[in-house]
Amino acid sequence: MNTTPVHQQEVICALATPSGVGAIAVIRVSGEGSISMVNAIFKGKNLEKAESHTVHFGTISDGTDIIDEVLVTVFKTPRSFTKEDSIEISCHGSDYIIRQILKILISKGARIAKPGEFTQRAFLNGQFDLVQAEAVADLIAADSQSSHKTALNQLRGGFSKKLAALRTELIHFASLIELELDFGEEDVEFAERDDLRKLIEHLLETIAPLIESFDLGNAIKEGVPVAIIGSPNVGKSTLLNALLNEEKAIVTSIAGTTRDVIEDTMLLGGIKFRFIDTAGIRETVDFVESIGIERSIAAMEKADIVIFLFDSEETFRDIKALSETLPADKHFLFVLNKIDIDINSAPRLYLLHEETIAISAQTQSGLGALTTKLIALVHKQSATDTVVTNLRHYEHLQKTFNSLTDVINGLTLGVTGDFLAQDIRLSLHHLGEITGTIVTDDLLDNIFSKFCIGK
Amino acid sequence: MFQEYDVIVVGAGHAGCEAAAAAATMGSKVLLITMNMHTIAQMSCNPAMGGVAKGQIVREIDALGGQSGIVSDKTMIQFRMLNLSKGPAMWSPRCQSDRAMFATEWRNILENNPNVDFWQDTAKELLVEDGQVKGVKTSLGIEIKSKSVVLTNGTFLNGLIHIGEKNFGGGRTGEKAATGLTEQLVQLGFQAGRMKTGTPPRVDGRSLDYSKMEEQPGDEKPAKFSYTDTKPLAKQRSCWITYTNQEVHDVLKTGFEKSPMFSGRIKGLGPRYCPSVEDKINRFADKDRHQIFVEPEGWDTVEVYVNGFSTSLPEDVQYAALRKIPGFENAKMFRPGYAIEYDYFPPTQLKSTLETHLIKNLFFAGQINGTTGYEEAACQGLMAGINAHRNVNDLSPFVLKRSEAYIGVLIDDLINKGTEEPYRMFTSRAEYRTLLRQDNADIRLTAKGYEIGLASEDRLDAVKKKQNEVEHIISIFATTKVSPEEINGALEQMETALLREKTTLSQLLKRPQISVQKLAEHSSIVAGLIAAFEEESVQQAEINLKYDSYIEKEMLLVDKMNRLENLNIIDNFNYDIVTSLSYEGREKLKRTRPSTIGQASRISGVSPSDISVLMLYIGR
Repeated sequence: MNTTPVHQQEVICALATPSGVGAIAVIRVSGEGSISMVNAIFKGKNLEKAESHTVHFGTISDGTDIIDEVLVTVFKTPRSFTKEDSIEISCHGSDYIIRQILKILISKGARIAKPGEFTQRAFLNGQFDLVQAEAVADLIAADSQSSHKTALNQLRGGFSKKLAALRTELIHFASLIELELDFGEEDVEFAERDDLRKLIEHLLETIAPLIESFDLGNAIKEGVPVAIIGSPNVGKSTLLNALLNEEKAIVTSIAGTTRDVIEDTMLLGGIKFRFIDTAGIRETVDFVESIGIERSIAAMEKADIVIFLFDSEETFRDIKALSETLPADKHFLFVLNKIDIDINSAPRLYLLHEETIAISAQTQSGLGALTTKLIALVHKQSATDTVVTNLRHYEHLQKTFNSLTDVINGLTLGVTGDFLAQDIRLSLHHLGEITGTIVTDDLLDNIFSKFCIGK
Repeated sequence: MFQEYDVIVVGAGHAGCEAAAAAATMGSKVLLITMNMHTIAQMSCNPAMGGVAKGQIVREIDALGGQSGIVSDKTMIQFRMLNLSKGPAMWSPRCQSDRAMFATEWRNILENNPNVDFWQDTAKELLVEDGQVKGVKTSLGIEIKSKSVVLTNGTFLNGLIHIGEKNFGGGRTGEKAATGLTEQLVQLGFQAGRMKTGTPPRVDGRSLDYSKMEEQPGDEKPAKFSYTDTKPLAKQRSCWITYTNQEVHDVLKTGFEKSPMFSGRIKGLGPRYCPSVEDKINRFADKDRHQIFVEPEGWDTVEVYVNGFSTSLPEDVQYAALRKIPGFENAKMFRPGYAIEYDYFPPTQLKSTLETHLIKNLFFAGQINGTTGYEEAACQGLMAGINAHRNVNDLSPFVLKRSEAYIGVLIDDLINKGTEEPYRMFTSRAEYRTLLRQDNADIRLTAKGYEIGLASEDRLDAVKKKQNEVEHIISIFATTKVSPEEINGALEQMETALLREKTTLSQLLKRPQISVQKLAEHSSIVAGLIAAFEEESVQQAEINLKYDSYIEKEMLLVDKMNRLENLNIIDNFNYDIVTSLSYEGREKLKRTRPSTIGQASRISGVSPSDISVLMLYIGR
């Protein structure tokens, strides 16, 4: 355990729950003297004498009037998130009350915390290290289990491992170039430019999916986009409602700039799914065929997962044609609906596609299998690859990619090794910004261990 | 008998000479103490100055107003610009020197400086009062007072020479070791360590058969080190290249059991990039031959230096192995190679001025700091001399940034990372290599040297003239358009794509196949444009135009780094209150006491997350 005493700083306060009207809001106060500060405006038990991790009922007043009835939780150093003395005030979730309480705290000497300042203090006081701190920032933003899992995976260093492997390859490349630069006068082998190009191309191929995975990483945070595609009256709207009903877990229904982009998101098995163009799905009654197809194609483009819904051989043929236009990187499911109406036709239709899931949106039978399959698809996608979710990591990967591309351009132009080396170093520098490692010493160590040099 | 000096310099090697010359030129009264007046500026190892990265350092020393470049120019017997097939940042001047002339020339320079006094003796002890150095006490028992002391003891502190199973005290072959000083410094609280280096045998050039070797002549159009008006060589001597072979290796192996290195008698760590020949064949057993450079020691002498054959095996084994090398069949040996162990003081005990943290006005420079190489030593001596003078006169420290000079890289590496093995400069140690070129050292540094009173006004004027010309040429190239009719003939000869419309010359220069020189050869228009300018200015302008995108990229990195350099850490910052620092990071920070976040980021053992922690603390 870290036995160094915690360095407590000035008192900061902030609303810890999302702003907007909720039933309850939590105001967090942290820093040296935070407990006595809150105690001075709190009527109830003497908080300074309270044990750590205890909750107390009372009122908060500005000296003349009572502002609210609150529950106050006391955390004593070092047993708090920031490791400082901290208090959490649970009050009623009105903007007015929240503002008043924060104002009183400020009048008592606290200041409003800057974004991330609680995490920063936790970090400064040794609660966790830097990469962990970044992952914690993601955890805070994570509002679904899957997003949570990605953040945790990052904490465990799966991401760092992948980058470390890349770095080793790059360092080898860089050493070869540096060798011919610093020891070109001596009897050393020169780096084969063709081999170097192959190596860089391989590196680019490795980094590209990591960069692309940022989209998946984001998808997990923003919700995995799903499109339900099918001819009119196959039951798209019913299926959507059934899914929403079954989980009773509508997260939100966002209206965009046009009513076309209404999207419903829901949590299924801890993963956030975002259904695209639900407005279009709900309008199937007066659907003109041509518009329907255009709209379906647009929805498919935005989706990671496409549910092809059909209820007969005829409607299957329609979507089969559509499904053949689907890019290879999209996942899709064939779903046979209305098995309650025409149970006899079901077995035959099954044969149309081996992985068809049969459901009845109306009676909700088979919905479990469908949601299980949806969840499995996401897990499959995120388990095979390291997912980059941190924006800073993404930026440095992108810069690594750009610098490596500059190396390729340099090779094509035939620039000399010192300039190639500059771009390779830049790539290493950007990777280092993520994994945090020194370049120069590694290069020399690598050179000295592998090559016989020296007059 | 002695006045109180401003600066006492102990040792008269490359570091000591530069330190004494710099401090004296700036106005300090300097006493140079050396054990032997006959070995001032003695080249203990190979008779050469410069080389990759090292040549850039000599140019920097010269640009600041130091003497190594001038001495090298006046005493060289061969000059080559290495790495010309690579980019301009890699071009590295190197010369073969006349060993005896080099020493004589240095001594003349020092003797001609009225502020330099000499004393032949051994410094045994420092005079220290209240944590401040007050002078030295010599082996003759004389106490000489001074306001500052620069120690440049080289390999002499408890030097121990090994040849086979024999070993004896000595600082260089034929010279005594210096004892006493290390022990006192350790008592004062300094950490000391042990390092090892080696040198090859010297042979009689008359006994060699050069017809069995490859000739390595000097450049057809030799350049030089100094930005002053020293003259390039009119005639040169060649070096020769030959190779070891399996037979040589077999003979060497017969001496392994008597090798002081393999037997563990040598405790100090040697440089990995300058291994002894026995180390090479032992560690890289699959390599069937190693290169040998046969270097003349001067204009007149027949003595020859066998570069690449550093060894501490018994002299009879050295001799027998040498004679198996093609061209060496009848070689007569003048002096055997040997290994030498010596004391050094881990340089993390120094400030960026090379003053010790522990004792005020005490400076260390050269091999005593764990470096190797004449150039590395000389530039430290220069910086220590400058800063000793400035300390004594209550002037601010003179420190060069990593983005300004290899000298900055070297000192910054030493004080922050320390070194486990003899430290040699490589271009790969510089993160801003593209900026730290041998062609622009004057532009980078001469104004600074002038400001501190070291570089002369003539030097400054020359740089200003060069800069003006460079700007002028750049604007001409950026605005002069050539038509396809005018230039396509020249382009055709350079085997590059022809023009279809008028293009600026600066645009054309971006093509790798095209150089100003080639354009001028093939196009009278271009030849006319540059005729009025100095060759150096044209080259400078060309580099700036040709590689502007790479230079710009590097400048961006410098800006970024400078932001960290501008975040100061207060002198007595209490690292103990920063709980989330790693244990190792905290200990290293407490020991090195960096003055900026930038410096902290380069200390080995301080992780990037430690830096983020510090930035959070300081950013507030």
